[in-house]
Amino acid sequence: MLVEIKNLRIQFPTTTGLSEAVRNVSLTLGQEKLGIVGESGSGKSLTARSLLRLLPSNAIVTANKLTFDGIDVLRADERTLRRIRGARAGLILQDPKFSLNPVMTAGAQIAEAWRVHRGGSRKLAEQAAIDLLAQVQIRDPQRVARAYPHELSGGMGQRVMIAMMLAPDPELLIADEPTSALDATVQAEILRLIEDLVSRRGMGLILISHDLPLVSHFCDRVMVMYAGRVVEELAAAALTRARHPYTRGLLECLPALSHRQTRLPVMQRDPSWLEA
Amino acid sequence: MIEVDTLSVRFGRTEAVKSVSFRVARGESFGLVGESGSGKSTILRVLSGLNQNWTGRMSIDGQLLAPLRSKAFHQRVQMVFQDPYGSLHPRQTVDRLLSEPLLVHRMDNIERRIMRALNEVVLPASVRFRYPHQLSGGQRQRVAIARALMPEPHVLLLDEPTSALDVSVQAEVLNLLADLQQARGLTYVLVSHNLAVVAHVCGRIGVMQGGELVELLSADNLRAGRTRHPHTASLRELSIELEEPETTSAAPRAS
Repeated sequence: MLVEIKNLRIQFPTTTGLSEAVRNVSLTLGQEKLGIVGESGSGKSLTARSLLRLLPSNAIVTANKLTFDGIDVLRADERTLRRIRGARAGLILQDPKFSLNPVMTAGAQIAEAWRVHRGGSRKLAEQAAIDLLAQVQIRDPQRVARAYPHELSGGMGQRVMIAMMLAPDPELLIADEPTSALDATVQAEILRLIEDLVSRRGMGLILISHDLPLVSHFCDRVMVMYAGRVVEELAAAALTRARHPYTRGLLECLPALSHRQTRLPVMQRDPSWLEA
Repeated sequence: MIEVDTLSVRFGRTEAVKSVSFRVARGESFGLVGESGSGKSTILRVLSGLNQNWTGRMSIDGQLLAPLRSKAFHQRVQMVFQDPYGSLHPRQTVDRLLSEPLLVHRMDNIERRIMRALNEVVLPASVRFRYPHQLSGGQRQRVAIARALMPEPHVLLLDEPTSALDVSVQAEVLNLLADLQQARGLTYVLVSHNLAVVAHVCGRIGVMQGGELVELLSADNLRAGRTRHPHTASLRELSIELEEPETTSAAPRAS
């Protein structure tokens, strides 16, 4: 198994005691595509980031098991972690505007990622960057390589991010709301691209989103989180048969183009969802 | 109520909006959809007076709009932005945020109006002396809507008002917008890239592509697929495909 998490707990100290952000989450992941879905504050991003130990410094993390390809992430030193972060597990964030360096060209950033993880000459890295840009289906990779982030559209910026993440040939890709800042058409293109690359390279994928129907199109399995807990886990194709009222609520409260509703159903939160 | 006639907007050498015309009746909800860069938000910003470089004719309530707007205009027309965190002053309490438009427009009964506004957007009175960062995303957007309502406008311009919100919160805000429209007889112009949201709120929809308004159609025709322009058809197809949960293992290959 690429990833194994058993009873992960993430807590934050507050003035009134410890607040529990993630409670007893367990998951295993191989070469497959897992979607983690939930609202803001459900702990979905924290769960995924704990794999890279990229959590706020005041977070208290405990787990019976938290391993990446057998490496104990909780006890690993920084050197070991550096060989995972970026190199073996890439992270794609929501908005390329904030995750790309604004004063470096796209090509230079990708080339830097390539050289840091794989070494080689500057020339080789530059060529590799153009190759990678072509792989993320950019039509004119030479031009985009010379462009600065502000000269790129949101979708293009996200392709550059993906190209950068692919440079070290990682085994796992964590995509944290990779398309929330993009419009519907570009969103579908980017998710299709990620799915395609992950399948072709035999990588594992953790796709984090708040859009349940959308995620189900691009994942094999979906994990639904609520208030730090996993309330339901099911095959993406079985989503219409979801049983938990929270999962059903997430599906039903979306306005639909295919049929008309006068009023949208509003989620009725049941305190019993917090006990499990 | 709102008439836009051959509106064009240029940014340097790019023509962001190309001779767009549409009308919105009083109490109607009109939606503009399109991809990023299609010019839909620019139209809204021009309408609200935030962008003063345009050509064409626009009128609201029969009054022609000049590039610079009067105070009376801003009392009638208010705007709600996508990201409430960016549009609310971080160092001002909700009370201050809501009372400012009242002071600007020299309105009386500040106390009563604030309590009524909070009540109208279904926020507890306890949020009145909180700061934006102490509120959730949905609460912040409710504050932004309440603030827009303070001068008692007739027209609300909504720029992606729910795109930054969780889907469950989006449902609550959309229901709230429907209630407010009914209670106050407001006219809405809503801009979004989400076809389902626009079709839910608006009866008539304009589809934008590359600065042009390529099609005007009713929400019912959009739902039923009675579209004339290929761009409308492709936006619709993608939206319908992605809103249904996956039932087979193949990924969508639309458009």
